[in-house]
Amino acid sequence: MLDLPPIVDRRSFMKLMSASIALAGGACTRAPLEPIVPYARQPEGMVQGEPLFFATALTRGGYAHGVLVESNMGRPTKIEGNPAHPASLGSTGPLEQGRILELWDPDRSRVIQHLGQIDSWENLASLIRSRGQRWQADGGEGLRILAGGVSSPTLLAQWRLLLEKYPRARIHHYEPVNRDNVYAGARASFGRPLEPIYHFDRARVIVSLEADFLGGLPGHVRYARDFSRGRRPEARSMNRLYVVECMPSITGAAADHRLARRSSEIHSLALRLAAATTGPVSADALPWVRSAAADLRQHHGASLVLAGDEQPPEVHALAHHLNEVLGNRGATVDFIALPVTTAQSNHDSLAQLVEDMRHGRVDTLLILGGNPLYDSPVDAGFAEALRSASVSIHFGLHHNETSHHCTWHVPAAHELETWSDATAYDGTVTIQQPLIAPLYGGRPVHEMLAALTGDFDSTAHSLVRNYWMGVFGNQQPEERWANCLRSGVVSESTARYENTQAAKAVVGDAGATAAVGTVPDPKEIELAFRPDPTLWDGRYANVAWLQELPKPMTQLTWDNAAFMSDALAQQLQVTNEDVVELEVGNRTLRAPVWVVPHHAEHALTLYLGSGRTAAGPVGTGHGVNAFALRTQNAPWFAGGVKVRKLNERYRLATVQSHHRLEGRPIIRAGTLADYLHDPQFARQESDRPAASLYPDVPRAEYAWGMSIDLASCIGCGACTIACQAENNIPTVGKSEVIAGRELHWIRVDRYEDAAAGAQRTLFQPVPCMQCEHAPCELVCPVEASVHDAEGINVQVYNRCVGTRFCSNNCPYKVRRFNFLSYSKEDAQSAALHNPEVTVRMRGVMEKCNYCLQRVVRGRISADRDDRALRDGEVVTACQAVCPTQAIVFGDLNDPHSEVRAAKGSSRTYTLLGELNTRPRTTYLARVVNPATGRDPSEDGGER
Amino acid sequence: MKVGAIGAVIVVIAAILAWRRSVAPRPAVGAPVDQPVPFSHKHHAGDDGIDCRYCHTSVETSAFAGIPPLSTCMTCHSQLFTDAPLLAPLRASFAGQQTLAWQRVHDLPDFVYFDHSIHIAKGVGCSTCHGAVDTMPLTSRVASLHMQWCLDCHREPERYLRPKSQVFNMKWQAPPDQRVLGKKLRAIYHIHPSSVLTSCSTCHR
Amino acid sequence: MNSTVASEGPSQATVKGSYTYGSITDKIADIVLERRTTPGFAIALAIAGAFTVLFIVAIAYLFATGVGIWGVNEPVAWAFALTNFVWWVGIGHAGTFISAILLLLRQKWRTSINRFAEAMTIFAVAMAGLMPILHLGRPWFFYWLIPYPDVMNVWPQWRSPLVWDIFAISTYIIVSILFWYMGLLPDVATLRDRAHKRWQQVVYGLLALGWRGDARHWQRFDTTYLLLAGLATPLVISVHSVVSLDFSIGNVPGWHSTIFPPYFVAGALFSGFAMALTLGIPLRALFKLHDFITDRHLANMAKLLLACGLIVDYSYAVETYTAFYSADRYETYAIMNRMTGPYAWVYATVMFCNVVTPQLIWFKRIRAMPVVLFAIAAIVNVGMWLERFMIIVVSLHRDFLPANWGFFTPTFWDLATLAGSLGTFALLFLLFVRFLPAISMSEMRKLNEETRGVDR
Repeated sequence: MLDLPPIVDRRSFMKLMSASIALAGGACTRAPLEPIVPYARQPEGMVQGEPLFFATALTRGGYAHGVLVESNMGRPTKIEGNPAHPASLGSTGPLEQGRILELWDPDRSRVIQHLGQIDSWENLASLIRSRGQRWQADGGEGLRILAGGVSSPTLLAQWRLLLEKYPRARIHHYEPVNRDNVYAGARASFGRPLEPIYHFDRARVIVSLEADFLGGLPGHVRYARDFSRGRRPEARSMNRLYVVECMPSITGAAADHRLARRSSEIHSLALRLAAATTGPVSADALPWVRSAAADLRQHHGASLVLAGDEQPPEVHALAHHLNEVLGNRGATVDFIALPVTTAQSNHDSLAQLVEDMRHGRVDTLLILGGNPLYDSPVDAGFAEALRSASVSIHFGLHHNETSHHCTWHVPAAHELETWSDATAYDGTVTIQQPLIAPLYGGRPVHEMLAALTGDFDSTAHSLVRNYWMGVFGNQQPEERWANCLRSGVVSESTARYENTQAAKAVVGDAGATAAVGTVPDPKEIELAFRPDPTLWDGRYANVAWLQELPKPMTQLTWDNAAFMSDALAQQLQVTNEDVVELEVGNRTLRAPVWVVPHHAEHALTLYLGSGRTAAGPVGTGHGVNAFALRTQNAPWFAGGVKVRKLNERYRLATVQSHHRLEGRPIIRAGTLADYLHDPQFARQESDRPAASLYPDVPRAEYAWGMSIDLASCIGCGACTIACQAENNIPTVGKSEVIAGRELHWIRVDRYEDAAAGAQRTLFQPVPCMQCEHAPCELVCPVEASVHDAEGINVQVYNRCVGTRFCSNNCPYKVRRFNFLSYSKEDAQSAALHNPEVTVRMRGVMEKCNYCLQRVVRGRISADRDDRALRDGEVVTACQAVCPTQAIVFGDLNDPHSEVRAAKGSSRTYTLLGELNTRPRTTYLARVVNPATGRDPSEDGGER
Repeated sequence: MKVGAIGAVIVVIAAILAWRRSVAPRPAVGAPVDQPVPFSHKHHAGDDGIDCRYCHTSVETSAFAGIPPLSTCMTCHSQLFTDAPLLAPLRASFAGQQTLAWQRVHDLPDFVYFDHSIHIAKGVGCSTCHGAVDTMPLTSRVASLHMQWCLDCHREPERYLRPKSQVFNMKWQAPPDQRVLGKKLRAIYHIHPSSVLTSCSTCHR
Repeated sequence: MNSTVASEGPSQATVKGSYTYGSITDKIADIVLERRTTPGFAIALAIAGAFTVLFIVAIAYLFATGVGIWGVNEPVAWAFALTNFVWWVGIGHAGTFISAILLLLRQKWRTSINRFAEAMTIFAVAMAGLMPILHLGRPWFFYWLIPYPDVMNVWPQWRSPLVWDIFAISTYIIVSILFWYMGLLPDVATLRDRAHKRWQQVVYGLLALGWRGDARHWQRFDTTYLLLAGLATPLVISVHSVVSLDFSIGNVPGWHSTIFPPYFVAGALFSGFAMALTLGIPLRALFKLHDFITDRHLANMAKLLLACGLIVDYSYAVETYTAFYSADRYETYAIMNRMTGPYAWVYATVMFCNVVTPQLIWFKRIRAMPVVLFAIAAIVNVGMWLERFMIIVVSLHRDFLPANWGFFTPTFWDLATLAGSLGTFALLFLLFVRFLPAISMSEMRKLNEETRGVDR
């Protein structure tokens, strides 16, 4: 985070003067000798200097995502997906990547606090003991626990124990981004809450009623993989995706037919769709509805209708009903018992707790994680009620908004610091193992809960292990335990599908026609709340990587804003960065405007999770707090919003200011029809390499190359942040992003352009193209930018003097420059750094080098045992993380390599091929699959 | 006038000396480095004939040759010289009372990535770079470790290669027909062409 | 001593009034030795000094913090520093042109203006030479651009024009200094002989390298001077051609053009003569040198200014034409963006300053009005700086991939560096006119004799 004074003030002047003196003196001083501190006893299985990988899981809202964590000499440095885990299959989303920085976050709380004073665990323990005696007597009257979604079998066992001991104690759940609607919908259809499991790989037609299954739903990483499997043009058939949504999401961007509607209108639209699918299609039906209905009809048992978490239960019930009618239940969608233990309704559960606190029925409240003071509904009155709890213990990673109002704060151990277990979206259980001892004296959640039950001795390890030993019984428990830790999944733990009765029919055509009347006033402006694509509900606000990761649909960093359509902006006579005042009910909020193409008209969207006031130095004070407008009965969208333009502006930091293709052949796209008619449709004359005066690069044993499939890329940004984690790329801070100095090595460009007819959002990940005739190389005066024998265009940091000519001469502008000292020197950053990658100082150019460190490591290990590298042995960070496997990397000399196959595709094209730079990185043209015989302009009209 | 001229000359010379000093190898070639425990490679490797890999366990499998955990030292020194004052720091830190910090003798800049394992695997002997460590009471470096020194070998490895069996032989002398032998070994070990060995990316990332 | 000045009319004279060896020497040498510092001069010196300090502070802060204190970014990785560089090098051109090329062409009228023009050259090139070093990310490693045997066994990358720059600029400044110092020798000797103060005698004495002015000295002097002139002449062309390659080598739309070398050289002379006028006119007013720097000098320089201006105008036209003729979508866009994009105002200003304004010089009456000439010259200087800004920044800010398009806004430190370099240049020049003869006494004496009576 580096902000410059406009002009030097006194202090920075002194700093600069001393610095310049140091600079002058620097030449004569000599580096000190480097000490090496040996282990007293070396951990077994460790080879000094070689990384180890441990299988564990990371959770959000209880839902687990299996990962492998790289540990270098005991320091966890990088998170990879766990190929053996069903939710991951080797990939992760952007948020999981950020968790490693959260672990090392120097701003995590380090001490137990009581009323703002540093206090000791002993004192808290004695307090709990004394309370314990009372609870013994009154059965835990007045003991309350507030938690989010919980999926840890061990923790649940502990809860049962607790409730046996104190039967009158109560456990409440609150997740700001919860799935109440999903469960309520299932109850409506099947009589009990169930978790739908979708099989996108089996669905040929998918209709999403505002369900962001590529970016938001539990299991979205897996869903993205399955979805993209069904979209390979080479298979000569692709699935077709219909999306109706308010705020554009990456799912909407991936749609073949997208319809923009206010969230409140989607119910009636769904009814129309149902009517058109089950009954006759009304003549006046929207083209979107007409063709979606037709497609659904034709794909009995191979179609899928799903509703988003933001949609009311009725819409979910409707989706279940449609799937029932279409014979999809058991084919493309199955149901399992809830993998995550949570409340029937999070909001009711919280309300109940508040009610109890108000009436003084709560004397001890334990808040396990979470931050209700920040993220509870504004009308829940949690803050006031909290005061009436005589003892309130906040247990969490950070000293945050909530802990400031609790009597006690206990630092929690990070998920990577403790033993635990967790359940994935499909019921698969993972035993979490610690990568490192708690850095800041954090306490495992299991030990915290054990303490409540009077057990102050058991460790998290013993608790978790004992639980599983109990489960395994006497069939080789030790082996199974070891296997679970090794593979990262508990064998046969995946939930069995429930055989549900048929979903209740919720509509007839009558209902449909009736519902048509329930469309809200079309002129009324509606406000929608969505989880932030990178900060979620605000829990990651202090993770700089996630703050600086551009949000896929807006390319904004470090802030949220009031998103609206161009039409509404014109109607309100506002432009980007104008500040408006939003009024919902009697509450108001000031927010800067940001126009988002394809946003539903007469609607605004706010991302949750910004505007934190006590997130830590990194996260505090960025964006506006949408929770200030979020009420219990309108958690996802609220009507009747008044917008007033204020006479002030607020600077937003975007990484991309221009979104039109300007008619340049940068992203090639076509429809499946185009592709079938001419597989070469993406080819252009200029693509063929012309004659060149420069010598061809010498071919060594390996020739590295990359292919990026734009038909698969969903623009989630996981590659960007995985690269950041792998290559020690520092964040630069908001002001530097505004200055245009972000450092991401692989960026995801977003274009709004007419491709394949309709107006579409196009994504294009752009790493270094590794040109064989690289323009950067011939202008570098000191040979800091050169080719290596295997065709990688390497940047030699220690040789670079920083003329920046290479960047000027790079037509792809993939080179990044350290205009200032961005790399932090503190202990945490040093410990987090990948030891295989140089940390760049200021004044040095840097860029993607195909994860050179991984290439070299692979080559050396192969050379060591005197063999050739196998295809797929070297995997770049972006390739490894990509949920849709859009990125393929490998050896072009190997005739059987995956990358050779990819480049062999007729869709292959080179970016700016006419410049004859001969990039080693090439693209596969985007192919979409709109319904045939549709006039694309209709899509335009619908948006 | 004259004074000024002389002064100028002195300044220039001083500047040059200072610059030379700042780029000179550190620690200086041939200068023994003071260690918390005056560990003698001569005694252990030379006289006692302990194999390099007994302590530097990861030299064949990792970039880092490995610095022995104190437990390795204690395998013998829990029996031998158990109360030698010289070994006091060793015992103290093994007991966890203090940390023992060796001083690096062969220290490369942080932007240089040297890998021991591959050099061992391709027949580059310890003594080629580290000299006759088995004769050093206190270890000192024998090479400048300047880039040109590395390139000297990477351009023409055959000048230094030896049979794998001899890699850990401290007494190895290059035969008169070294180049012939070297060329043969280079072929046998499938050592990459110098175009690869001298690529910047071979050592810098 | 009668003179026939009247018969010819003042504007044609290269020396006005009647002078003897003595009187010429008195008039010029006294500026250095006798004349007391006027308040006006002191104030000018103070202002220049202040800006010099600003320059030093800006550089210190830059070295301590990094080029991030400027407005540079991705995609506009080059901005003010490189603009200043090209601009200063350009200014450096007129001096050598006047003293070397005009000497070879036997242009007598050059005599009275070559000295300060050369000084201007040296100081300008000094400023220019600083800029590329300042703009480096790690300026303390600038010497890696110079070929020298090192422990890394690596050499500069010869295909890079930045390496050619090093040679071009250093050669140019060395030759310029030699040429200037050679010319100074007899005059410094004169000062030595006329000086009263001890320190002046010592300093000028050392500088004079024992010049006694006997025939052999003069004979060698003339030969060397001519040889140096011959050496310097090609440099006038080469330096800015090389500088222009910094850009035309690049594939940035708006840079990648073969017209750049002649275009830049013409532009350089254009700005050079402008600067010569900007300095010469006040100089002659300040020290009452109307007899030596006559209206004819100004008129001639103005004509040269106009001539170069026309070449530059032609280059503008060709540049635009080629862009469209190439039918390359990127080139075309670059030109259109220049004219209509967010930086359109720069293009407009450049056109006004460099194309419209100089046309006034066509008028004889304008050429006879020093004040107007001064104004025109000043405007051209501004225009030429903006032209370089246009070429560098406006081309960079929108190149191939629209997703990378950006914008450049200068920071305080950008402006401080520019203003500071101007101040430093001014300071050096002021000190020069105070401590060295701004007009060559020896040559003036010769000229006075040659032109006595006959072809004035």
